[in-house]
Amino acid sequence: MRIVADTDLCIGAGQCVLTDPAVFDQDDDGTVVVLVEHPEGGQVDSAREAVKLCPAMALSLQE
Amino acid sequence: MTAQLPATLPITRGCPYAPPDEHRRLRDEAPIQRVTLPSGETAWAITRHEDIRAMLTDPRFSSDRRNPNFPLLVKGQRINTGFRASLIGMDPPEHGPARRKVVGEFTVRRMEALRPRIQEIVDQHIDAMLAGPKPADLVKALSLPVPSLVICEQLGVPYADHEFFQLHSSRLLSRVTPPAERKASIDALRDYLGELIERKAQEPADDLLSRQLDKQDDREELVSLAFLLLVAGHETTANMISLGTMAFLERPEDIRKIQEDPSKTLPAVEELLRYFTIAEFAVSRVAVEDVELGGVLIKAGEGVVPLSNLANRDPDAFDHPEELDIERGARHHLAFGFGAHQCLGQNLARMELQIVFDTLFRRIPGLRPAVPLDSLPFKDDASVYGIHEFPVTW
Repeated sequence: MRIVADTDLCIGAGQCVLTDPAVFDQDDDGTVVVLVEHPEGGQVDSAREAVKLCPAMALSLQE
Repeated sequence: MTAQLPATLPITRGCPYAPPDEHRRLRDEAPIQRVTLPSGETAWAITRHEDIRAMLTDPRFSSDRRNPNFPLLVKGQRINTGFRASLIGMDPPEHGPARRKVVGEFTVRRMEALRPRIQEIVDQHIDAMLAGPKPADLVKALSLPVPSLVICEQLGVPYADHEFFQLHSSRLLSRVTPPAERKASIDALRDYLGELIERKAQEPADDLLSRQLDKQDDREELVSLAFLLLVAGHETTANMISLGTMAFLERPEDIRKIQEDPSKTLPAVEELLRYFTIAEFAVSRVAVEDVELGGVLIKAGEGVVPLSNLANRDPDAFDHPEELDIERGARHHLAFGFGAHQCLGQNLARMELQIVFDTLFRRIPGLRPAVPLDSLPFKDDASVYGIHEFPVTW
């Protein structure tokens, strides 16, 4: 599985960072930074949750 | 059977906690239907979680409040202020770059850095409350001053002026303010912020407005941004502090849970946000093209009013939705909206609420309401739900 972030769509809400700060971060401008591109174990659930919560639909998963 | 039309919005809440039965019937019998607004105009009410999320991520629905068909929930609100739209009133392609200029000020990391200062502010206000007379009004002692002071420090607005901007903010959020008075409050706040920003241009300080001066060529756009952040930054969180405290005081077992395990406070805050959904109409839109939504054709020029309070109790989205379950752990509620306009200050609000609830019940374990909770003056007359006064004792 791979996490894909569309930084043009990102609105910096930070929902992904709140979901799992070990997988997602924000740069100084608020834009999403994917720390773990290929999540495994519990981080898979985090990634799915973050995709569901992202208000800008900037996150997606390639299975 | 089809629900009777038209229902009229807004409807007073049936009880402080719950949407009225009339709204619920609307959702169950016809989830998207025509409603009459206070102006006499009609709009579509949308009540399902899934439909609201779809609507709020569809660019064919506009946020532009200057659109003459934009649905407004306050009679006489459609006044031409002649001012530039703030972020909440912008559409693409204008909105994205404007939000980008300021969103870095509200990252999770930046909010976390504010934690010690917010804790200090909360402690100081609880000290003052404990030193003062009993009963105390929680709204004046804690709910309103804490978020006001926090947003003032962040923006660089002198807190000494709080009576001035709190008065005008509450007039703007009241549904019964006459149009002329509403316009006067908007003008007063804009003039005040315009002068403040002018001073910051001369003498920049380490605050959000000074930093934005480097990013914004358009002074009027910056005044609009300051206006939005100041008004939205204190009333909303203030009301959640009051309502959340009320809910906790009715549930001593929930207070015990967060005291024994502070990691439970953040999920509790999330559940309180869902449960009260204080700004349920903030996400209204107007269709700029014909759109089919939830099997209904919404035509270009028609207004759309989501009832987020109902959507946050949609049984298709939340199990046993009418229960306040602080351990629910569900974060897909719409209390902060959804889509590109989702609340800019949401992580600041979360942090303030978390610190307040953790600190308040730890420091005043005997806190209790000084009047029966059902006699509290609830803000049935305001665009953001809350409590006008909350006498508490200990």
